[in-house]
Parts: sequence; structure tokens; C-alpha cells
Amino acid sequence: MLDLLKEPWPWYVGGPIIALVMFLLLYFGKNFGLSSNLRTLCSIGGAGKFSDFFRFNWKGEVWNIVFVLGAISGGFIATYYLTSPEPMQLHQDVIAEIKGFGVAVPGDELVPDELFGWEAFLTWKGFFRLMLGGFLVGFGARYAGGCTSGHAISGLSNLQIPSLIAVIGFFIGGLLMTWFLLPYFF
Amino acid sequence: MKFIKFFFVGIIFGIVMTKSEVISWLRIYEMFKFKSFHMYGIIGSAVVLGIIQVLIIKKGRVKTMYGTEIIFTPKAKQWTRYILGGIIFGLGWALIGACPGPMFTLIGTGAWVFLFVIVSATIGTFVYGLLRNKLPH
Repeated sequence: MLDLLKEPWPWYVGGPIIALVMFLLLYFGKNFGLSSNLRTLCSIGGAGKFSDFFRFNWKGEVWNIVFVLGAISGGFIATYYLTSPEPMQLHQDVIAEIKGFGVAVPGDELVPDELFGWEAFLTWKGFFRLMLGGFLVGFGARYAGGCTSGHAISGLSNLQIPSLIAVIGFFIGGLLMTWFLLPYFF
Repeated sequence: MKFIKFFFVGIIFGIVMTKSEVISWLRIYEMFKFKSFHMYGIIGSAVVLGIIQVLIIKKGRVKTMYGTEIIFTPKAKQWTRYILGGIIFGLGWALIGACPGPMFTLIGTGAWVFLFVIVSATIGTFVYGLLRNKLPH
């Protein structure tokens, strides 16, 4: 059983469990959405002094921060106790393209050290890439009113047109970056 | 102690994000290059099961554990903010391969730089809060 859990989980296991997580949060009287935590962090940090957007009772959002702490723990458990015995099964073309970005063995770890390790972070290019990426995600998620969990999973499940528009936006941005802009960042 | 259940659901979430490789920039890259069904399968199956869940909930069959109605708050009927915000989000998502859930999960996997990515994402949200009244929605 443990050996089976250590294997990479296929999509038909991952997707249904994510749906289960959403259901449990609804059952607990909450909603599945991760990016609102960033707003909560702003509010806890005193951002309410600068914009009324951050003046809300963040104590009502503590459950979501606890959820995130659980997610961090889950990442730890999965990495150190359910370590996958084999490298990622990536498409051949993808492996070749990622090698072109300077990654020696694409897929031997989930996030390549050459791009997401300290050494990369301590170069101007790497620092700029990671900081810009974070900024765009944080800014864009709030502008769009949600992220992948809030719009793509929760919103589409509720057949909300605004979420469909947001997801189309996610893909326009993602395709632009992946197909045209990404090479300039490496 | 009333929060402990959220912690455990969070653990499940973190494990599934890691084991199904959703937190990997490589998988996000592969998705945007249309080279693998993996990510589409994950999001697609979650949404299909989600739609069924919501339908059952709306028929009134399921209530919260406190016996209250499960309420879905509809998003405001706007266009500009969803498409523009979505595009900005997508650019960042493809650049670093992490949306907010994976950002946090990645810290647990030992990818510490994501602490700084989260700081930057929080600043992004803060700047949105400052500019909110000047941006088209």
C-alpha cells in the first residue's frame, strides 16, 4: 500500500481528491480558494492603513491560514515520507526544451534546482524571474477575484461565467508566457 | 481546536498537490505546451466531480456539518477584471509554475525560495489593493 502511495499519483487520483477537498471545505461551511490568504496576510500586516480593501475582520479567515499550514505540512510529508522512487514522466519534447533552459536532468526533481534553488535566486536574472512571477500571481489573482482553486475549480464547478472568463484569461497569459516570453527569462 | 479539521484537509491537499505533481513548474510548462493530458485530467476531473457536487448540494441534499445551507456567493457580473486579471495571473503562473496553493505547498517540499515568492505575491496583492480604484473592472 505504502509503495503504491509513493508512486506518482495519476490524474484520475489527483483530480477527484482535489474535488473531495473542495467538498470538505463546503461541508465545513467554507469555500475552496487559496489566493484570498494573500489578502489576509496583507491585512494582518497592517495594510488596512493604506487601503480599505484590507480593512476586514481577518480573524474570520484564520481557518484558511490553518489550511495553508496543513498544505505546507502535506508537501513535507509527501516529499520526505512518500518519496517517489522514479523521476517524473515528462514528454520527450518537454525534456529537450527544458534542457535548453539550462536544466541538466529535467524531471529528477519536481522543481529543478537550476531554476528554483538558492544559486538561481541569488543571480539577478533568477531573482527578477521569481519575484516578478510571484508579484504577477498575487496581483492578477486579486484583480481577477480568485486563482486556480477559486475560479478554475470552485467557480467552474458552480458554472459561473466570471470564472470561465478568468480561466480563459489564465490560459491567454500562460500561453503567451510559455510560447513567446519564457526564453527571455533564462 | 476548532481549526484542526482545516489543518488535516490542508495536509490532504498538500500531499495530493505534491504527489500528482501539480506543484511542478515542469508540469505547468507541459500543460501550456499541450504535451500532456495530466494537468487537464486533474483540473477536468476535479471540475466534473465539482459540478456534480454543487448540483447535489443545490438540490438541498447536503448541508454543512452545522446543519446550515451551503451558500455559493456568485461573482460580480463584470468582464474586464476577469480577463485582465486572469491574463496577468496566467503570465506569472507560467513563469514560475506555481499558483497560490502550490506556492505554499512547495515550502514544505524544501523549496525555500518560495517563501520569497510568497512575499512578492503578497506585495502584488497589496499593490492591487492600492490601485484598485484606478483600475478598470
